[in-house]
Amino acid sequence: MIPLSYYIVVSTTMFVVGLVGILIRKNFLIILFSIELMLNAANINLVAFSHYSGKVDGQVMSIFIIAVAAAEAAIGLAIIIILFRGKATTNVDEMDLMKW
Amino acid sequence: MLTAFFFYFAFATVVSSIFTIGFRSPVYCTLALLSTFLHVAGLFVLLHAEFIAAIQIIVYVGAVLVLYLFILMLLDLKSNESFMHKQVWWAVFFGIVIIVEILIGLFKSPIMGKMPVPVSAEEAIGNTQAIGLALFNKYLLPFEVVGLILLGAVIGAMVLAKKVPLKQKAVSAKVE
Repeated sequence: MIPLSYYIVVSTTMFVVGLVGILIRKNFLIILFSIELMLNAANINLVAFSHYSGKVDGQVMSIFIIAVAAAEAAIGLAIIIILFRGKATTNVDEMDLMKW
Repeated sequence: MLTAFFFYFAFATVVSSIFTIGFRSPVYCTLALLSTFLHVAGLFVLLHAEFIAAIQIIVYVGAVLVLYLFILMLLDLKSNESFMHKQVWWAVFFGIVIIVEILIGLFKSPIMGKMPVPVSAEEAIGNTQAIGLALFNKYLLPFEVVGLILLGAVIGAMVLAKKVPLKQKAVSAKVE
């Protein structure tokens, strides 16, 4: 039987990969992908703990997370569209309109 | 057999998530993200969460990633000269440090010795019926709130992506 800690190792690695992706990439889209990776890592943890505790509450929470991730994707893509309309780039370094 | 499947899915998840942030072309990144999501769905099946696995494939792979690919098709991105920041090695170094810290904290923790074993995985758990009962009884209010969030996201996306009329554009250009 697979111990619970193995799943925690997988989700930790995936979460940190998403964190590093946010830090290193310049493309706005890839930053959104990294956020999706981090949300999915949280989902793995929730479902694993739900399986090992015998309650479905964790799985219900992961459904909520999936819904919020879908909302975030829609809003993020709309923001990308308007940024691209103005600047014709998705490089986050060039988006400094609100930088003081 | 189960363990072999677990290691395959875990390895493929981690490797393709690294590819997601490592590829230069955004289309390849999207395909690597698709592979990540599919393998995570495999992990969910191993955890007897078949409903979540189906939702993962339908919502993430079927809706969200197709949306991303459509936007990529519309944007016509040119490949810019450097696709990573200068602090890439610092970020990788500190990422590894964070992983090691969390794992040390995990494996040294006192609960490590008495990790729970799965409770009667065959009955009710991971069952669509059990999830539905929990969702519509105990979590009815959060469910409604999530519906409101989705409604807000739909309206917000429409408002954001709407073209600004010419008169307003002139005014905002003057302000700028």
